[in-house]
Amino acid sequence: MAPVAPRSGDAIFANIERVNAELFTLTYGAIVRQLLTDLEEVEEVNKQLDQMGYNIGIRLVDEFLAKSNVSRCVDFRETTDVIAKVGFKMFLGVTASVTNWDAEGTCCSIVLEDNPLVDFVELPDTCQGLYYCNILSGVIRGALDMVSMKTEVTWLRDVLRGDDVFELQVKLLKQVPEEYPYKDDE
Amino acid sequence: MIGVGKMKQYSNVLDKPLTKGKQEVSLSAFAFLFSELVQYNQTQVDNIGELERRLEDAGYAVGARVLELLCHREKGNRRETRLLGILSFVHSTVWKVLFGKVADSLEKGTEHEDEYMISEKELLVNKFISIPKDMGTFNCGAFVAGIVRGVLDSAGFPAVVTAHFVPMEGQQRPRTTILIKFAEEVLRREARLG
Repeated sequence: MAPVAPRSGDAIFANIERVNAELFTLTYGAIVRQLLTDLEEVEEVNKQLDQMGYNIGIRLVDEFLAKSNVSRCVDFRETTDVIAKVGFKMFLGVTASVTNWDAEGTCCSIVLEDNPLVDFVELPDTCQGLYYCNILSGVIRGALDMVSMKTEVTWLRDVLRGDDVFELQVKLLKQVPEEYPYKDDE
Repeated sequence: MIGVGKMKQYSNVLDKPLTKGKQEVSLSAFAFLFSELVQYNQTQVDNIGELERRLEDAGYAVGARVLELLCHREKGNRRETRLLGILSFVHSTVWKVLFGKVADSLEKGTEHEDEYMISEKELLVNKFISIPKDMGTFNCGAFVAGIVRGVLDSAGFPAVVTAHFVPMEGQQRPRTTILIKFAEEVLRREARLG
């Protein structure tokens, strides 16, 4: 059977069911608001958003791999490229770009110009430490964790804090080799 | 060329031009997000009633904002003052914008004057959710009920809105009905307006 060619992000996005981005934006806003009311501490909210993103990421990666038919990525460079071009397009309908590679090829930045999560949003003075889109960093971390890559994802630039784009730094900490969950001789 | 390709910086979010509302995200992105919302709230409450209330509150916030957005964008800042007007606004415009289609049906309750029902064969938010037996009559449609309550309340039609499953013969999954019970003052005002 001939291998199926990987589909581009646009092609996949055109074929899957879509919903209005505003419903998505407003629901995310409701979640952040609920967290702020319950937890009150901005740091706690950041952590909770990251955790929620992680939970989403570990399940999202299955759907991503199933729908996009990408072949196994050879190195981290290809992985982040696929995340930015196919992953973001497939789920959020926006394309991201990858820049700022470091010398070893383990650290890069994913730059997002358009972000459906932050339409209509302005950070008040009381929440200046909040990473509003922290759920995205959790999603990427969770998804990569499930494909055996331990990463650290942090925000470098945030439009809500006055920068002009969103920039996420993705750093590969280590590649965990896949282990069988049982021993052969038992 | 200077300035080409760079987004214009707006100091105030209210100065930004309003989007046309045509942008879309994948259904699964929304489904994942909604499931996290429900899961988070499950850890914060002890019983089903509380959980429904929290989902409704989340929906209320969405509804209030949806009304403002749609009034400005679709209706040119005109306000609905009649009961049937606001109900058909919710049933058609709000549903069309949020869920991509108008609601399946809008009915007036037969037993009570102040009850109306919007029904949907399969609510978008419930599409990937199955309720375990021990959660009884819990319905994640409480989120949508909250949206409707937010729209109605902000438009000046206070109401109690709840979501119910209505089993249908011949269908495996029950239909969802959003039951709207308007407050006394709304009916009195409606009667006065004739």
